[in-house]
Amino acid sequence: MMRFGRFTAVTAALALTVALTACGADEDPLANDNGGGSAAPGTITIGSANFAESELLAEIYSQAIEAKGVQVKRQFNIGARELYLKALQDGSIDLLPEYNGALLSALTPGGAPEGVSKPEDVLGALKKVLPAGTEVLEQSPAEDKDTLTVTQETATKYSLKSIEDLKPVAKDLVIGAGPEWQERYQGLKGLEAVYGVKFKEFKPLDAGGPLTVNALVKGQIQVGNIFSTDSSITVNKFVVLEDPKSLYLAENIIPLIRTTANNPTVSGALNAVSAKLTTENLTTTLAKVQVDKQDTASVAKAWLTENGLV
Amino acid sequence: MNLDYLFDAAHWEFGTSGSIPQLLLSHLWYVVLALAIGTVIALPIGLYIGHTGRGSFIAINAGNAGRSLPTLGLLMLMVTLLGLGLLPVLIALTVLVIPPILTSAYAGLRSLDQRVVDAARGVGMRPWQVLTRVELPMALPVLMSGFRSAALQVVATATVAAAVGLGGLGRLLIDGLAVNDYSRVLAGAIVVAVLAVLLDLVLAFAQRWIVSPGLRVSR
Repeated sequence: MMRFGRFTAVTAALALTVALTACGADEDPLANDNGGGSAAPGTITIGSANFAESELLAEIYSQAIEAKGVQVKRQFNIGARELYLKALQDGSIDLLPEYNGALLSALTPGGAPEGVSKPEDVLGALKKVLPAGTEVLEQSPAEDKDTLTVTQETATKYSLKSIEDLKPVAKDLVIGAGPEWQERYQGLKGLEAVYGVKFKEFKPLDAGGPLTVNALVKGQIQVGNIFSTDSSITVNKFVVLEDPKSLYLAENIIPLIRTTANNPTVSGALNAVSAKLTTENLTTTLAKVQVDKQDTASVAKAWLTENGLV
Repeated sequence: MNLDYLFDAAHWEFGTSGSIPQLLLSHLWYVVLALAIGTVIALPIGLYIGHTGRGSFIAINAGNAGRSLPTLGLLMLMVTLLGLGLLPVLIALTVLVIPPILTSAYAGLRSLDQRVVDAARGVGMRPWQVLTRVELPMALPVLMSGFRSAALQVVATATVAAAVGLGGLGRLLIDGLAVNDYSRVLAGAIVVAVLAVLLDLVLAFAQRWIVSPGLRVSR
């Protein structure tokens, strides 16, 4: 009886496993209802990363393309770059907003090469490493890049305007940034090599996120890595230190698209968006989402209307 | 993805900061602290509730509420309120270890054969003696299983400390992800898993050693 019981249990478990594997096998959570790839013919599936700015840009792209009579399917909030690049390559999405420097670092083993930091250089290097079947359109002057940011008090106390001013005082200051700063050139290494700046301590936090902002406000770090379009800079009256020697990579916003989805209508609409987008107008527009908690779709619509694109 | 990072001797040198042994030690330190604080808080409450039968409502609900709190979310909230440091991490991890210890202490005492407790009272033991000499030793197997489950959870979850700038084995996971070094992420995951299994083995031996041999037969 005992043996029979165990046999039945094992068989049941096996059957269940087989059944579960069978239904799970070809199910891709990113795939569309009609079995992967683009939805209806001519429809463009637009993706975004999982942060507010990426979603806002994807929404702006969507509405700009829709205004030209192209069907758009929104597949926003996909998470890390590894995931959405995979989704782009397998055709689950066709288009998404990217940053030229960050994309270059992600696609180059060991990170972006030293010395490549100006917008044109970055774009040139990026075009060489793009995954097969994808291309980039024109990049916009708007940048969301790494900055070294301090509070108003710290800036006044040490009279800081640019990263160069940090050199004599950095030994008393703690810097907070994403963990990658410890190792990549456009982080601590470059700061030391290019500006001769060496901090007392490095605290690995989030990349320009709420942890860094909070630690800066509470004085647990004196210098923080915050992205240039972050609304926390204006909200907290932070001082962004200038980078006269261009240590930090350009991070121009650039549409990354599958070659098969690209056509003159789409590229025309997106290039017009890129031409109008600036760091300043992106910062104020993003603040409407992050600070005033407005709906992304209506903020995107307002931006497009202001710039005469819809 | 490969095992290069894990098997690179340079990553095992004790002296270098950020080496695997150093991260392991700081990880264990968070685990031990959280378990110690959690036990000091949860064990007396669990024993009191189990011994007196009063407030079992609290034990069950506090246990369930604690289990459902996501540690990472709680940690971020604590960091926002208290700033960076060891304290927010310890609070988040302690909240994680309290429920299994509390409920196992309570359940261990409640599951005892009440005739044994009556007999202990009958031979003239005081309530404190009943608790320490009869109830606690007999409830130890259940209590220890709760403690072991708390230890396993906290070993795996202490990796969140790295998300707020502290050390521990989470550094391998978080730094590895940040620089696309998956070999390092894999090394972190493996070391955490091995540490969890080793710690459970140690606790299993400890359990054999402290549980009265008379109880082993019935289990």
